[in-house]
Parts: sequence; C-alpha cells; structure tokens
Amino acid sequence: MAEYWYFNEAFAEEASSYFLERPEPVIVMDFTIGERDFVNAGNASSQIKMALKRLGVDHDILRRIAIASYEAEINETAHARGGEITGNIYPEFVVIKFYDKGPGMKDIEQSMVPGFSTADEQVREMGFGAGLGLPNIKKNVDVLHIDSEEGGRTLLEFMIFFRKKS
Amino acid sequence: MKLGEIVKALEADVLVGATAMEKEITCAFASDLISDILMCTKEPTLLLSGLTNPQIIRLSDMIELFGIVFVRGKKPSQEIVEMAKERDLPLITTQFTMYKTSGILFNLGLRSCKI
Repeated sequence: MAEYWYFNEAFAEEASSYFLERPEPVIVMDFTIGERDFVNAGNASSQIKMALKRLGVDHDILRRIAIASYEAEINETAHARGGEITGNIYPEFVVIKFYDKGPGMKDIEQSMVPGFSTADEQVREMGFGAGLGLPNIKKNVDVLHIDSEEGGRTLLEFMIFFRKKS
Repeated sequence: MKLGEIVKALEADVLVGATAMEKEITCAFASDLISDILMCTKEPTLLLSGLTNPQIIRLSDMIELFGIVFVRGKKPSQEIVEMAKERDLPLITTQFTMYKTSGILFNLGLRSCKI
C-alpha cells in the first residue's frame, strides 16, 4: 500500500485537524462512475460545481474545484474500472473523494510526473492521456491524498478551501 | 472582436449559436489536449480544437468558453450539437487547419488567452 500526501502550507494546520477528526459534512453528494463511460464522464464534477456555485463559492475557487474534480473523474473513467465519487461539502471547504475499482497505481510518484501516462489509444484519441491529470489536480487543490496499490483500488481525495490564500 | 466577424473570416458554418453573432470574443486558445485546455484557460476563451467527442462540450461546464471552433472540417455528432444547445454554447466549424485558423484570428487582433 502506497500513500501520497500534498499539503498547501497556508492551510496545512486546519487541513491536518480535518483529516484526524473527519467531521460530518453539511452536504453529501454521491455519484457512480461507469468504466469508459465517456458520454457521462464529467457529470459528477459539473453537478458538484453547480451546487457550490449556488452556495456562493468564489468564481476562481469554483474553477479550481471543477478542474481538479473533472481530471480525477476522467481518471476514474479512463484508467480504472469506474467507481464512486463523493462530494463532502463543509462551511469552509469541500473534500471530494474518488474511490475506484482498480487496478491501482504501480508507482504514485511516477504518476505525478508531468508527461507520464499509461493511457491507451482510445483514451488518447479523445484528447486525454497527456500525463497532466495528476499534476493538474495537485496544482489546483489545497490537500491531495492518494492511497493505492498495484492490483487494488485507488482512493484519491482532495480538499479545497473556499477562501483565498492569505 | 464579434463572433460574427470570426465566422466570416474563417468561412465557417454555424452549428449552434446563430443568434450569438454579436457576442464579443476577447481571446482564444487552441489545443487538442483536454488537460492543456483546462490548465491554460483562466478567463473566458474561444476554443479552437479538432476534438469532437462529448467531453469537449463537457469542458464548458468546468471552464468559461465563449464557444468552440472545430478546425480542419471536423463536424461533431448531433448528440454533441444538442449538448451545446442545452448550454447555449456556440459551435462553428471551419475547413481551415488549426494553424491557419489561429493565424487568421491572430492577424485580426484576437489575442491569446492568459495562461
């Protein structure tokens, strides 16, 4: 089992206490993702974004949430056998979890390197597989946590605060 | 620059958005890579692309697009046209290549979007 953590220093303290306590969210949004379902892929991210927009989340923050969520949703569709997505909304931040059905990642650090991709021809033809998904997620989030092992399921979750870095 | 001027300059067909020709377009970005498009569009943007799968429309849920120009004669399916209609997202298609399309619009003064 391999784990990867990234924390944006500005929110590290608050974020750490969240991951220790895992409080109950105010709103929960659940979605099921089908393997290679490129027609509906992106729908979950789009709905989470719309819900947060209605709650008045800042435009730039919304964009970061949507991009990170969409990239992770595409990963679950293209690289895994589908899975689940849960959007947990809190007053100050959102935590979105992507729990796929495998086959897991061989080397998380390697997958974080821009340009590294295991995408096949079908996925590349659709404009994916540039090897920028995980780096793009990391760039847009305040916390990124990945838990994966080869042959098993992958959990990717990220946290984004609704206020800007001070 | 108005969308109508772009349609004219690219000798393009309008698939969605015939009533949006007065829409003011301030910048553009051209790519066939979804991650690049997501990473590089921080402001409302006209997207030039050769991709014609549903995900190109889905992108407009995540980032702000003025519309999409399909290059080198690509025509999206009816399903994609319907998805764009639901979102009021103008779609136009030109026979020109991505390079030529970009060059024409750049010469007309349409700037590159901030990346």
